[in-house]
Amino acid sequence: MLYRESGQYKTTYIADQAIFPIREDRIGMAIIGLIAIAIPFVASDFFLNAIMTPFLILALAAIGLNILTGYAGQLSLGTGAFMGVGAYSCYKLTTIFPDVNIIILVLISGLFSAGIGVIFGLPSLRIKGLYLAVTTLAAQFFLEWCFIRIPWLYNYNPSGAIEVPERRGFGDLILTGPSAAPMTQYFVVLGVVVVVTLAVKNIVRGRIGRQWMMIRDMDIAAELMGVRPLTAKLSAFAVSSYLCGVAGAMFIFFYLGAAEPSAFSITLSFQILFMVILGGLGSLVGSFFGAAFIWGLPIVLRAGLPAIGIDIGAETVFHIATMVVGALIIFFLIVEPHGLARLWSLGKEKLRVWPFPYG
Amino acid sequence: MDFLHSILVDPFVQMVELPDFFLQVLWEGFVAGVLYALIALGFVLIFKASGVFNFAQGIMVVFAGLTLVGLHEKGVPAYLALVLTIGVMGLLALAVERFVMRPLVNQPDIILLMSTIGLTYFLVGFGEFVFGGEPKQMITEELGLPTGSTAFEIGDGGLLILQHIDIAAAVIALIMVGVLAVFFNKTRIGRALRAVADDHQAALSVGISLNQIWAIVWFAAGIVALTTGIMWGARSDVSFALEIIALKALPVLILGGFTSIPGAIVGGLIIGIGEKIGEIYWGPLVGGGIESWLAYMIALIFLLFRPQGLFGERIIERV
Repeated sequence: MLYRESGQYKTTYIADQAIFPIREDRIGMAIIGLIAIAIPFVASDFFLNAIMTPFLILALAAIGLNILTGYAGQLSLGTGAFMGVGAYSCYKLTTIFPDVNIIILVLISGLFSAGIGVIFGLPSLRIKGLYLAVTTLAAQFFLEWCFIRIPWLYNYNPSGAIEVPERRGFGDLILTGPSAAPMTQYFVVLGVVVVVTLAVKNIVRGRIGRQWMMIRDMDIAAELMGVRPLTAKLSAFAVSSYLCGVAGAMFIFFYLGAAEPSAFSITLSFQILFMVILGGLGSLVGSFFGAAFIWGLPIVLRAGLPAIGIDIGAETVFHIATMVVGALIIFFLIVEPHGLARLWSLGKEKLRVWPFPYG
Repeated sequence: MDFLHSILVDPFVQMVELPDFFLQVLWEGFVAGVLYALIALGFVLIFKASGVFNFAQGIMVVFAGLTLVGLHEKGVPAYLALVLTIGVMGLLALAVERFVMRPLVNQPDIILLMSTIGLTYFLVGFGEFVFGGEPKQMITEELGLPTGSTAFEIGDGGLLILQHIDIAAAVIALIMVGVLAVFFNKTRIGRALRAVADDHQAALSVGISLNQIWAIVWFAAGIVALTTGIMWGARSDVSFALEIIALKALPVLILGGFTSIPGAIVGGLIIGIGEKIGEIYWGPLVGGGIESWLAYMIALIFLLFRPQGLFGERIIERV
């Protein structure tokens, strides 16, 4: 009753091709948008800074990996390093051009990441599946090594870490640095993530996105039908790395504030991969679900276990959280291998025919 | 020109000038290669029988080592602890088969891969929860493994030092490969394993129990993991850092092919030796530390020319 598209006739092609063709979806998105804007005014700084901002950033990174793995079918374990490329190039850019608005620099730094991604994507033209995962591991460890061994990247800082300098924009608003308000950072991240996600949504439902999916489903057949594997695969690597790079730059500039090379280790790559798999391969909304789940679960466990009377040390809670995450990943893979996005669409189906069992 | 000279000529001059040092490097690389090969062996066993790329092999190594040391710390005699650890690995194999593999049968490769990464997380958390996160000393002497070292003189005054534990590791690895080869080729279960590896459905239809075979294969991988854990633990500590080293098994597998036991051995040796030589002779040119990625680069370049690995089955694609 609440969610039913019957009776909504589309009379123009524009209406037919809209991102959200169903009225209820538009209303739902508007409500989510309002909530996203209202959150900073009711939530604490901790909630914004430790949960919402990183959640949005990681969701963007998950979308990036989803483009590559979910849409184009190329397994990658180098997401963390590509995020690192974005972070380090943004750091260098803001060192060289301190007066340019940091948001513009964040968006530009993704381009560097995209370039590196294309280079490491070249082997994908010959190598497939698990074998490709190893070449992306090469990217992961090689780039990580670069972050440590090339002092120019971190401005010859003796600690080897990058410290985010204070940057202002939009008049005199402090955007980055230790004294930036969590609310400002949240809104910046929200804006970037929304804009980029909309752009990606349009890419994946357009010509390029359909080519990626053809390559994923069967590359030889796609090639025979006139899809160029070179452009399709490399564009997937480029877009994916661009998104990861932007996410990585924001991760440092709007969340961590300072980073050592170990921030972009293989652990991060795995974390993002989990988000994509649990959220659902080939689903943008799934990337958000996955990010919320993987990022939120340990926080909930850490806060929740002591709250329900299981009083144990902080370290033990951390170990148990790792254990539970692992077990839950296996559980979800068994119960729903297509991820949370599939549960979401099943729920929508149910809602559509409600109150009848089928429609 | 100087730069080219330092890449193409100088390292070889160094090798010839100090042959004892070169041999030492070779030996170090060889031992590291044996251990990579052992980890890769665990991967191959499971991949052959179930098509699952078992990411958890690395953490199984750590887990087996920790269990052994942890039991000994609790006061269990070393050999009894060894037997008990084998029992624990058996239980683990049964649990993995029952709770992970069986429900996930026939899922796409990437889902199975993810489930083993989930298993990795679970075992990391479980291991840290039970045994604590700090590195532990392997009980080398209590297990009767040799500890000393022998020095050989080479040429005029050069020294080659071989640790006894390394020799033992190489010998044990060799025995293990031999036993596995006999097991695969001569025993009833071994033949069943190969049948399952060839074709799940055909194996099922001639009355081979997939569940049983998978439990056995995970148990075998557990034993290999335990051996690796002891050997590696004796060289350094038993710690969770080993997990990253286990990722090195991936390029080894790439070189050797995912389904070949001899491939795992040869690939392990190539990676181990190549990486040590690269690190010692070419590493200083770019600031050192290239060990962390050299193996992957070697595998990457190799793959471009031979996508199925040295001994892997040829990939035939049909539309």
